[in-house]
Amino acid sequence: MGILSKKDAALIKDPLFDNNPITIQVLGICSALAITAELKASIVMSLSVLFVLGVGNVVISLMRNIIPSKIRIIVQLIVVASLVIIVDLVLKAFAYELSKTLSVFVGLIITNCIIMGRFEAFALGNGPWKAFLDGIGNALGYGVILIIVGFFRELLGSGTLLGFKVLGDPIEKTGLYALGYENNGFMLLSPMALIVVGIIIWVQRSKNKALIEEA
Amino acid sequence: MSKKTEGNVYTIGFAIVMVMVVGSLLAFLASSLKPNIKENERIEKQQNILYAMGVNENDETSAKFVSTDIAGQEFAKYIKKQVVIEGDKINEDENAYLIDVKKEKDRAKNGETRRLPLFVGEKDGKTFYVAPIRGKGLWDAIWGYVAMDENMVVQGAYFDHKGETPGLGSNIKERFFMDDFIGEHLLTESGEFKGITVAKGNNDPKNEDKTDYEVDALAGATITGDGVSAMIKGDLALYVPYFKSLKK
Repeated sequence: MGILSKKDAALIKDPLFDNNPITIQVLGICSALAITAELKASIVMSLSVLFVLGVGNVVISLMRNIIPSKIRIIVQLIVVASLVIIVDLVLKAFAYELSKTLSVFVGLIITNCIIMGRFEAFALGNGPWKAFLDGIGNALGYGVILIIVGFFRELLGSGTLLGFKVLGDPIEKTGLYALGYENNGFMLLSPMALIVVGIIIWVQRSKNKALIEEA
Repeated sequence: MSKKTEGNVYTIGFAIVMVMVVGSLLAFLASSLKPNIKENERIEKQQNILYAMGVNENDETSAKFVSTDIAGQEFAKYIKKQVVIEGDKINEDENAYLIDVKKEKDRAKNGETRRLPLFVGEKDGKTFYVAPIRGKGLWDAIWGYVAMDENMVVQGAYFDHKGETPGLGSNIKERFFMDDFIGEHLLTESGEFKGITVAKGNNDPKNEDKTDYEVDALAGATITGDGVSAMIKGDLALYVPYFKSLKK
């Protein structure tokens, strides 16, 4: 990353790996469980969070010197909620099809703890450019995990990826299914997302021992 | 944080100004975008109705509407008649598709007569009767349009939802689910209304038996599926007298 200074680059890179919001900070688990039954939903959700967190972080950062500390959480909530409503309205008016695909995600974004977490932990104490990078970095870190989980859940649960039947047709018994393979319907249920996230956490910590907390 | 942002007066003042700014911004946006949104919803209704009677641009696996620019033309071309059934009265109304099914359901709850819109379409010499249905899924409203022939055999169905779980309940608007309804009978041989149940443990996953009054349920979406069964049974039953009157 030639354009960014080392410090700035770290703002984007850290949350992708060693300070990942889902696997290390264990934030945003709720949406990671709820919407990762298929890959497309994971991607859409990641992009929505990317937008809201990037812009929201900048807005909060610009206002950081005038926000009264007693009501800062409420102010943060208002900023997220209004951003989300604005996005929702504009999409409904000018990109109706897209807004139909997003439908439920829009509401879910407001409740995503990563967003409030980054506002509180970073945007309130840093300038807009840094806050923007931090927002993008964390949203990407969130998105990466979402997409990995969505990939495995859709592949093993429905035998498809983005709706394409990559393993053959389960009813016509073609492809893998001709060999007696069956979809694991259990993968479609939320608890399996937790297990997949657990496996990612395990792999990540066994690769980088520094991440393991003292018991 | 500097001292001036800690005082009560400042805090209350900030809150008031912030609420006023955000409130008026959102109100302004909402009211200025409302005509666009309404128009989009109107076109979508036309697309939904056309979809149910088979006027769509489906490819092999995914559901696609006719494009928004031609939806109005196509609607005028294929929909020959729109009727509103109100008790025993049957009136024609070229804006019947704008009737809000939710409001009509609320009216029925208050003891008033519910107006039932029905769209009569013609395609390739076949007549389709498209009825709107509405019900509850797991999280929020679900609705749809069912196209039938004069014997109440389903010719096409479109379902949609407000907030069902992505990848689970939201699959009611996927082709593999909606297409299962095609050819299913709603009436028994003796002409009684039986409806269609979204059934688990269906022994007919390829859906070859069209008179079992069942379609295969979706994994992980039991309550949404039950909602679909309930809205088909509840709302389409109301149209039975009309279909009986067609036979006379």
